[in-house]
Amino acid sequence: MAEKAPMIELRTSPHVRRAQSVDQIMRNVVYALLPVCAFSVYQFGISAFALLLIALLACIGTEHLFCRLSDKPTTVGDYSAVISGLLLALTLPPGFPLWMAALAGFVGIALAKVMFGGIGLNVFNPALVGRAFVQAAFPVAITTWTPAFAPGRFTEFIPSTLTLPFTEPVAVTQWVKDLAVDGFTGATPLALQKFGNGALAHVTTSTTDLFMGMTAGSAGETSALLILVCGAYLIFRRMMDWRIPAAMILGTFVTAWGFFLLDPSSYPTPVFMLFSGGLMLGAVFMASDMTASPVTPVGVWIYGLLIGFLTVIIRLFGGLPEGVMYAILFGNAASPLISVVTQPRVYGTSGKKRKADS
Amino acid sequence: MDLMKLLHFGRATFSHGIHPPEYKEPTNNAVIRRLPFAPEMILPLSQHFGKPSLPIVHEGQEVVRGEPIAKADGFMSVPLHAPATGIIKKIGLMSTARGPKTESILLKLYSGASQNVLYDAPQSVDDMAPAEIVKAVQETGMVGLGGASFPTHVKMTVPEGQHVDTVMVNGCECEPYLTTDHRVMLEYAMNLFAGIRIAMKAVGAERAIIGIEDNKPDAIAKLREACSRYDAISVGVMKTKYPQGAEKMMIKALLNREVPSGGFPAAVGVSVYNVATLAQLGALLPHGQGLIERVVTITGPGIEQPGNYLVALGTPLRFVLEQLGFRGNAGELILGGPMMGVSVASLDVPVTKGVSGILVLTEEAIASQIPKKVWPCIKCANCVKACPIHLNPAELGMLAGKRQYETMEKHFHLNDCFECGCCSYVCPAAIPLVQYFRIAKAVNRENREKAA
Repeated sequence: MAEKAPMIELRTSPHVRRAQSVDQIMRNVVYALLPVCAFSVYQFGISAFALLLIALLACIGTEHLFCRLSDKPTTVGDYSAVISGLLLALTLPPGFPLWMAALAGFVGIALAKVMFGGIGLNVFNPALVGRAFVQAAFPVAITTWTPAFAPGRFTEFIPSTLTLPFTEPVAVTQWVKDLAVDGFTGATPLALQKFGNGALAHVTTSTTDLFMGMTAGSAGETSALLILVCGAYLIFRRMMDWRIPAAMILGTFVTAWGFFLLDPSSYPTPVFMLFSGGLMLGAVFMASDMTASPVTPVGVWIYGLLIGFLTVIIRLFGGLPEGVMYAILFGNAASPLISVVTQPRVYGTSGKKRKADS
Repeated sequence: MDLMKLLHFGRATFSHGIHPPEYKEPTNNAVIRRLPFAPEMILPLSQHFGKPSLPIVHEGQEVVRGEPIAKADGFMSVPLHAPATGIIKKIGLMSTARGPKTESILLKLYSGASQNVLYDAPQSVDDMAPAEIVKAVQETGMVGLGGASFPTHVKMTVPEGQHVDTVMVNGCECEPYLTTDHRVMLEYAMNLFAGIRIAMKAVGAERAIIGIEDNKPDAIAKLREACSRYDAISVGVMKTKYPQGAEKMMIKALLNREVPSGGFPAAVGVSVYNVATLAQLGALLPHGQGLIERVVTITGPGIEQPGNYLVALGTPLRFVLEQLGFRGNAGELILGGPMMGVSVASLDVPVTKGVSGILVLTEEAIASQIPKKVWPCIKCANCVKACPIHLNPAELGMLAGKRQYETMEKHFHLNDCFECGCCSYVCPAAIPLVQYFRIAKAVNRENREKAA
């Protein structure tokens, strides 16, 4: 047997690793997002599909372009740009003009991801930066909602979808009227709550409808149940930290509850706060962005609670009906600092000598 | 502590850690068998932590199995005994698993010899004072057989002003593949209890706890039954988790005490020994015999006859592979377990006192373990949640990338890292974290030496 002496390799320990790589995690997040995307297409038809496709292509294209420009191998294979594209589309109104969506994708990836050095180095969630940009640039288009389950949604685009680049989108008021959907006011439950003459009488949306996603809203913001199920898949595969959505939901609930107790006649119920708007999508898929959230176990709770708190404050007192996006961006901004001040206590130390520079 | 026990259904554990696949099935039922003697044995003078032994034989001298061939060089050193009857062929530099060639003794076996062991005078532990026991333990050449190779008699010497109340016996065996300690607990239980009583008397402890992971129910049952004869010795069942068998983790899990950073277990009244160490000690010390062989798990996809073998110290790996058969394509040869073991560069390195396992991996077996690509850190915090010492490996890794080794040590507790490898194991970006930390520690050590 001596002549069959093996050639052996030299490596340092550990000699085994868990078979879970970055691209696998990202790919599974995409899998988890697909049912949410499918539901939005089911709700809003081909307009939602086109929106998803364009945002996706814009994000992937932008990342690829910048990799080419900087003579680096392309990084689109890690699926992180795919996640950004899908998430971006899911936060936009279904009839959002496609050229604006493409611009949002470009800005999100270019400004929030590539400029910081690519995957792992972004401070902010790229999809949300893209959305924040279009929120500022196109305030009307981003708050123009169309009814879910419109008849003919699989054969016909919402008129505003196909707006020519750099032109004002077509008004959809007449189109919506022609659909003659009962009781549709062109407002989301959150907008009704906020701008409906200050009284809660207008909030007629039932919690069940909110939970199941039977209301108007952004392409993927509506079915809390589906989002929770998809998030549970990622948690089960250990590809997401459950603490972040849990903390954000808890923060929202506690803050909203506090206001509700103060004055039930002018503030909405905490349950309404949880299941309306983009809260679930934000909590499960956006706040949990690994790169832009803190790394320490305690920090993660602070981060989630902070986002929940900010969301409610912006929703109740801000000039916008929805506060999830800005709340998460603020949370992203605070997360490096949160990480630094919540370094875990090292075994066998008092934890007092901990210093936090660099 | 009580709440923790409740949460883990009565099984003690620490927070964080990982659950690697165990791969213990091929050998956990394999009864310990003796491996034949190799025709030539390589005996490095430094098989332990501390100063190398000093040879007391010369080339051409005939030695009897069990006879001392090197003596301890001071307190932080142990003697070395001849593992077989034969003739000293050479004393000089030879290959070892550590890398650089070290001073070693080459022993040529007399194939016709009876291989009877040479014993010293029998000694009764009951009649010995603690200091005498410590001296006798040093004479056996005993070191920690779990892998650290720290001289056992040094552990048994309790520092001035400290009191050890508990002897902790480590039967966790949390490394995948290894089943040495498992078999020793099953087959050498009486020797183990003799060893535990020696250790208790040497350090003056009132009680002993044998910590065993719950993946070894037969060992738990066997030792529990044996414990019923001793008031002061009990079995502590622990959750199967890596690195449960690290002494700091064990002390935290079973006693909820934390060894202070940079200190030793004695500082919190504990003295920890591996089961294999105490079982050997229990067998050797009463006869005044030296450590000449040990139980080694020889396993892995590249071994035709995996099992637990009693191997004479100094047996070259080439001989082991010849005896047990190598199969498959070129791979990796690891001394110890896959998490903390050392891969060797040559088949001509010997089994030494600290080798608890020989793991032979084939090319196919390691192909999936070698990352295709290293990504940037995505701050997933898997490493933070895995580190048993509660360090922040993500932050340390980023600092290592910037070569800020001093910052790592001063502000991020680099020196508390005991290199268990959990961070590298879980990292989805395949960043060689623990490997970076080893480099950082080595550079810091070098800089300190330069400055001094």
